[in-house]
Amino acid sequence: MEHTIALEIQNVSKHFNPGAFNPLKRNGAKKPVLAVNDISITVQRGEIFGVLGPNGSGKSTFIRLISTLLVPDAGSVNIFGLDIERDERAVQRLINRVSVEAAFFKKLSPLENLLYGARLYGLSGADARAKIEVILKRLDLRADAINRPMEEMSRGMQQKVAIARALLTAPILLLLDEPTTGLDPRSKREVQTLVRELRDTHDATIVLTTHDMLEADGLCDRIAIIDAGRIVALDTPVELKKLVAANGHVPTSDSSAFYRTLGHEPTLEEVFLQLTGKKLVEDK
Amino acid sequence: MNIALTTELRASYGFIERNINIVKRYWAWEVVWLFYSITNSLAVAFIAPGVGALNAGVDTRVLVLYLIIGTIVWRYLSVIFYWLTDVIGMERWEGTIEYTLMAPITRFTHLAGHTAFAVVYSMFHTVVILAVTAIFFEIDLSRANLLGGAIVLLVGSVSFIGFGIVAAILPLLFPEKGQQMTHVIISLLLLVSGVYYPVAVLPPALRFFATYSPATYVLEGARAALLDGAPTIALWQFLAPLIAMGALAIPFGLWLFGIAERYAKKTGKLKRNG
Repeated sequence: MEHTIALEIQNVSKHFNPGAFNPLKRNGAKKPVLAVNDISITVQRGEIFGVLGPNGSGKSTFIRLISTLLVPDAGSVNIFGLDIERDERAVQRLINRVSVEAAFFKKLSPLENLLYGARLYGLSGADARAKIEVILKRLDLRADAINRPMEEMSRGMQQKVAIARALLTAPILLLLDEPTTGLDPRSKREVQTLVRELRDTHDATIVLTTHDMLEADGLCDRIAIIDAGRIVALDTPVELKKLVAANGHVPTSDSSAFYRTLGHEPTLEEVFLQLTGKKLVEDK
Repeated sequence: MNIALTTELRASYGFIERNINIVKRYWAWEVVWLFYSITNSLAVAFIAPGVGALNAGVDTRVLVLYLIIGTIVWRYLSVIFYWLTDVIGMERWEGTIEYTLMAPITRFTHLAGHTAFAVVYSMFHTVVILAVTAIFFEIDLSRANLLGGAIVLLVGSVSFIGFGIVAAILPLLFPEKGQQMTHVIISLLLLVSGVYYPVAVLPPALRFFATYSPATYVLEGARAALLDGAPTIALWQFLAPLIAMGALAIPFGLWLFGIAERYAKKTGKLKRNG
C-alpha cells in the first residue's frame, strides 16, 4: 500500500443518548453525552501516535470509531485512504485492536482463542498454529500455559495473548486502547518494549490511548491531549512540555530558564494540568 | 477456490470450532442441561399413561408417541433457536463482542457458522433424549415413515433458523434485557404451535398465530410421517409452507440484523456487558 497517511480523521463528532428510544426505561433518557467533539487528526505511516486523557475523556470512543464499532455522527475517518463506512470490510482487514480488558472466551485456552481469532481473518488452521507458536515464543508465554483456560492466567499474561491475537493478523494499523492499564510494572515494560518493536519490525502504525504520562512520553512520536471529547493540544512530547513554559510563566524561547525555576523538566501531567486545569488521574 | 470464498469459509468454520471448544470446556453444564432436557421430556411423555389411568378409553400407545414426537421436535427446534438468539448474548457475556464484530467477515458468514453448529448440536442433543426416552416407553415405529419425518425436521429447522435470526436482534438492541425477551417469542411459539395438543383445540385468535409458526408444520408433518406413516409425497403440504417461510425468514432476518447492527453502531450498543 502506497499511502503515507495511515489515519486521517476530519471533524469527527460522536454523541451518545443513553436510554433514548428505549421503552423499558421508565424514567426516560439521560442527558446526551458528547464523547468526541469535532476531532481532526492525521497520523503518518509508521508513527506511534498517543492519545492522552483521563477516564471519560473520549479516548475509547475515539478508538471504537476507528475500529468500525461506532458510526460517527459527523465527519469522516479514512484508513490508508479507505473510508471506514464505505469500505468497512477492507478497513477491517488492515486493522486490529487490543483493548484495556483482554476480551477472550474465558474458559477457552490461549490456543483456542487465538485459533478462533486467526480464522476470523481467513487464516488456515496450519498457518495459524505455526504463527501462534512463533508469536507466543516471542512474547515469552510459558509453553504449559497455552492449553490452560484464559481465566487461570494473570492480567499481564492475558494482555500478552491479546497482543498475540492482534499480531496474528498482521495489521498495518494497530489500535492499542490502554494496553498497560492494570498491569504490574514488569508486564507494563514488556508490553511497551513490544510496542516499539512492532513499529520497528512490522511496519505497523500504532495509535495508543493511555492515561499514563510516562508511557506516552516514552513511546509516542506525537501525542494528542484530549479532554471532554476535544483535542486541547497535539504535538511531540518535547513540544508539548514547552507549552508549560510558554503558557505558564516564561516565553518559549527561554524554556530552559523556566525548567530551572520549576526545578525539573515539565511532565505531561503538568502539561495536562496547564491545558485543562484538571488532573490526569484523580487522587485516591 | 476463490480466495474471498475460502476466507469466508474459514471464518465460518472458526465459529463451529469455537463453539465445539466452548461446549467441551463447559462439559459439566452440558451434562446438567441434557439431564434437565431428558427429565422434562420424560415428564411430558408420562402424561400419556397418566391420562390412560384416568380414562380407560384412551389409546395410551398413540398418546405416548404423540407426546414424544411433540417433546422431541420441540427440543430440537428450541435448542437451535436458543443457540441462534445467543449469538450476541454469549459474546457480551464473554466480553468478545467488539472483537468478533470488527472482524472482516460478512454477518452471513458469522451466522452460517454459528447456525451450522447449532443444528448439529441440536441433532446430537435430540438423539440422546430420544434414546433415553425409548428405554422408558415402548415406542412402536413399525408404521412410521422415518425418512419423511427426518425430511420434515430438517426443512423445518431451516425455517426456524430465520425466526432465530430475527429474535437474535433483541439482544443486539437491548443489551441488558434482550436475551430474556427472546423467551417471550419461544414461549409464544410453544403455546400456538401444537407441541403437546392439536392446534384445533386452540381458540381462533391463537389458531391464527399457529398458521405463521413453522413449528406448527414441523409438528404436524412429523406426526403424519411417524404416527400415521404418511408417504413422503403426502408431506408436501407441510414442507411447502416450511420452505416458503425459510425462504422469506432467513433473508428477512439477515436484512433486519444488518439494520439492527447499524443502529447498535450508531447508538454505541456494541459494547461488552451492555
